Amino acid sequence: MSDEVPEGEQSPARPHRVIGTPLPVPSSVDVAERESDSAATGREKMPADPADPVSAKRAERIVAACFIVAFIAGIGFIAAYVGLEVGPLDAVLRSNLALGLSLSVALTALGLGSLLWVRRVMPNVETAEQRHPMRSPSKDREAFQEYFAEATETSQFVKRPLLRRTLMLATLPLAAIPIVVLRDLGPLPGTSLRYTVWKRGTRAVVYGTNRPLTPAEFNTPGSMITVIPEGYEDDQDALAKAGVILIKFAPGELHIPTNYNGGTLVSTMNWTVDNIVAYSKICTHVGCPVALYEQTTHHILCPCHQSTFDAANGANVIFGPAARALPQLPLTLNSQGQLVAASDFTQPVGPSFWERG
Amino acid sequence: MSDDVHVPGALRGLGNWVDERFGGAGYVRTLMKKVFPDHWSFFLGEIALYSFVILLLTGTFLSLFFVPSMNDVVYHGSYIKLNGLRMSEAYASTLRISFDVRGGLLIRQIHHWAADIFMVAITVHMLRIFFTGAYRKPREVNWLIGIILFSLGLIEGLFGYSLPDDQLSGAGLRIFEGVLQGIPIVGTYLAYFLFGGGFPGNDIVPRMYIIHVLLIPGLILALVTAHLLIMFHQKHTAMPAKDQTDTHELGQPFFPYFIAKTTAWLFFVFAALAILATFAQINPIWQYGPYTPLAISSASQPDWYMGILEGALRMMPAWEINFLGHTLSLSVLIPFALPLGIILGGAAFWPWFEKWATGDNSEHHVLDRPRNAAVRTSIGIAVVVFYGVLWAEGANDVIANKLQIPLYTVTWISRVLVIVGPILAYFATKRICIGLQRKDAELLEHGLETGIIVQRPNGEFEEIHRPVSEEARAVLEAKKVPLALPVGAAAVDENGVSAPQARGLMGKMRVRANQAFLETIPLPAGDGHGHGNGHEGNGHGEVEGGGQEHAAVGASTAPAELDRLPDAQPQRPDPGAAGDESES
Repeated sequence: MSDEVPEGEQSPARPHRVIGTPLPVPSSVDVAERESDSAATGREKMPADPADPVSAKRAERIVAACFIVAFIAGIGFIAAYVGLEVGPLDAVLRSNLALGLSLSVALTALGLGSLLWVRRVMPNVETAEQRHPMRSPSKDREAFQEYFAEATETSQFVKRPLLRRTLMLATLPLAAIPIVVLRDLGPLPGTSLRYTVWKRGTRAVVYGTNRPLTPAEFNTPGSMITVIPEGYEDDQDALAKAGVILIKFAPGELHIPTNYNGGTLVSTMNWTVDNIVAYSKICTHVGCPVALYEQTTHHILCPCHQSTFDAANGANVIFGPAARALPQLPLTLNSQGQLVAASDFTQPVGPSFWERG
Repeated sequence: MSDDVHVPGALRGLGNWVDERFGGAGYVRTLMKKVFPDHWSFFLGEIALYSFVILLLTGTFLSLFFVPSMNDVVYHGSYIKLNGLRMSEAYASTLRISFDVRGGLLIRQIHHWAADIFMVAITVHMLRIFFTGAYRKPREVNWLIGIILFSLGLIEGLFGYSLPDDQLSGAGLRIFEGVLQGIPIVGTYLAYFLFGGGFPGNDIVPRMYIIHVLLIPGLILALVTAHLLIMFHQKHTAMPAKDQTDTHELGQPFFPYFIAKTTAWLFFVFAALAILATFAQINPIWQYGPYTPLAISSASQPDWYMGILEGALRMMPAWEINFLGHTLSLSVLIPFALPLGIILGGAAFWPWFEKWATGDNSEHHVLDRPRNAAVRTSIGIAVVVFYGVLWAEGANDVIANKLQIPLYTVTWISRVLVIVGPILAYFATKRICIGLQRKDAELLEHGLETGIIVQRPNGEFEEIHRPVSEEARAVLEAKKVPLALPVGAAAVDENGVSAPQARGLMGKMRVRANQAFLETIPLPAGDGHGHGNGHEGNGHGEVEGGGQEHAAVGASTAPAELDRLPDAQPQRPDPGAAGDESES
């Protein structure tokens, strides 16, 4: 029985607070109003003063101090804005620190002051309110139903199907208009996703320097370089599809790559020049540039989702979400001995799409 | 107004002026006295609200300087490293905001941090709502609005951080475009219409801009308003506490308490964002450079809330189906639609599922403690684990690098964990919940151990137990036990014939689901609980029989149609009758 606990020995059992219960704040609830509806039961007045005026006075000083700090910090912000130049990176960072710090201090002090005010200066008041079921009283519902039925009847909406149906008919095209007028947002895709700007004889120029390339200049086995079609150096739309990586292999390392030409698998060894093979740089997963190349394993890795392609074997997928090999660009040499495309890609580059087939 | 309260003349005059034009003194008085229950977790939604307010303020400032254009310009500005480079006006103007507009970098960083915190707050707020059962009748609509707000936040954030047209966000946009293309039938059309042609085109930044600054914020603002009005109208939920019941709400009045606390909270949220923006650099676009479609940096991660989509894309094994001249890119489609579909669709569906499985169609204003709703809590934790695995996989390269695990191993672990993790989490959480329930029942029955040993006159030693305080008792007794379905009849009677409501696929599934919800530790006997006698003393071993036992108890009540059952909650214990249970 509880009364067997000796007086003053309750402390061992004290610190047990059930998780989820409110903190034991209302230790001194000044007003606990149990009935909110005052009309009938003379309402208790809100207390004008906190229960403990001494601690409230102390809190008041702290709150005022907070507000003064906020005031000073606010002035500091304006001073920093007026006084500090921006432009160079270090000046920007200095300004950011001064502005941010003063703003942070001002807001923290303001928040702290407000919180202490409500928690320590205001009397602690707890009130109650009746909850009523959300459902309206039956009387109201019946009255509503009655009027609604009558009014509907009066509107003739139900009685005259001709009016009702023609009205609905009239709104149909109007409802479609917001969709229809979006048509000119863009051209239809057509076959544009199937082709890039590469064509027979387009010179491959190095991405960045825009200089054409000969096999002799690109003769370190294991190296990779990004090339783009000449004439499209600043055309982002073209480059987004036409970016190509060249990889140089040591003799014998490059296995016969295969590639789909139309629907059939063809050997593409004759698409390479001097053990240089060209693959689309656009990942067949969702289109990131496949920018990482591991010399020792000949793996091309897409940094976005880690689809991994085997460059020595037709850029077939060996890991990751990409479902197709990187398309290979047929390479050849022009009369000056520079690397050029023998044709466009023979299959669509980049992410799969419904019409791709 | 009492005579002893002095109201300044000017205020009185203003009040008069307003009231003579709008009336409403009575209504506003009620409003001021509106009760707001107090609990720290009720401020989570406010973090989201105030982050949104700050987003509107800082966003307005940014829009004064940002140029939403993809036109090429050559940069000649304060950031020397990019001097002479070609870039879009959008990127150049973002550099200008960062380097040449005083306070521009701070405001930009506050804006970006506020977006991240906005999504964090929404997420944590939704978890609070879920785990305490606050979405139950009558609040289902507000739950759905919340889910829509979360989804809008995702798109709003994606479009927002893509606006500067820097290398990192451009890569994100490229992925977004690739995903759009992967949608069956309409994918390429969607992508071409949104981007005004092929990727990247010249239209996407201005289009995202107007969606980002007008369309979606407008929708969010409207829905937030509806969310708050509904909350206000339905009154706030409350954590279980003494005298806190479904018909009686305890708390502090709106004016002056809630308004003061919430204002303080606004300042704190703003302060936290300012501190972050001051000391934690976010999205330093000048380091990334302008977007070009052929460049990429490794360890490219999106903002945290897109991490789950990124992780799903990385986790998915290659899978593509070609048929009849068409390509179905499941590698893209499944990660895009499935995880968020399961989580958000499941969340939207859950209140109705729970209602169906428990037959509980009554209003709830006092919240559940998570342990007392074991199935809900376990499902919630399972979803959190599911989300967590996908989210972590979004940074698999960082994880592989930091922990020195091969990258593919990380991906394989995540592929296994994404399926096994939630299942394990479900069962582990359920056991923990049941264990905590048992502890609560024990506390109610025997009270707290005091550590004081006494010797009885007959020589027996005993430890003194102290009854739990009234406040704690009220919390412990707030536990509700679901009804066994079908109500008023055994699911299967002694002749092996199933009740009409338990027949058919749906009927059987409902009884099955119901049994999961029935696995619970009842409050100690003698507290007025009509249910759960069969579970006395031991725990979960009896789940299978549980339905029948409950049904047997329920059989004494008149058979009622399930859906018409007005109040499916079992009788609450009468606090008076519970008495002093502690035994020495």
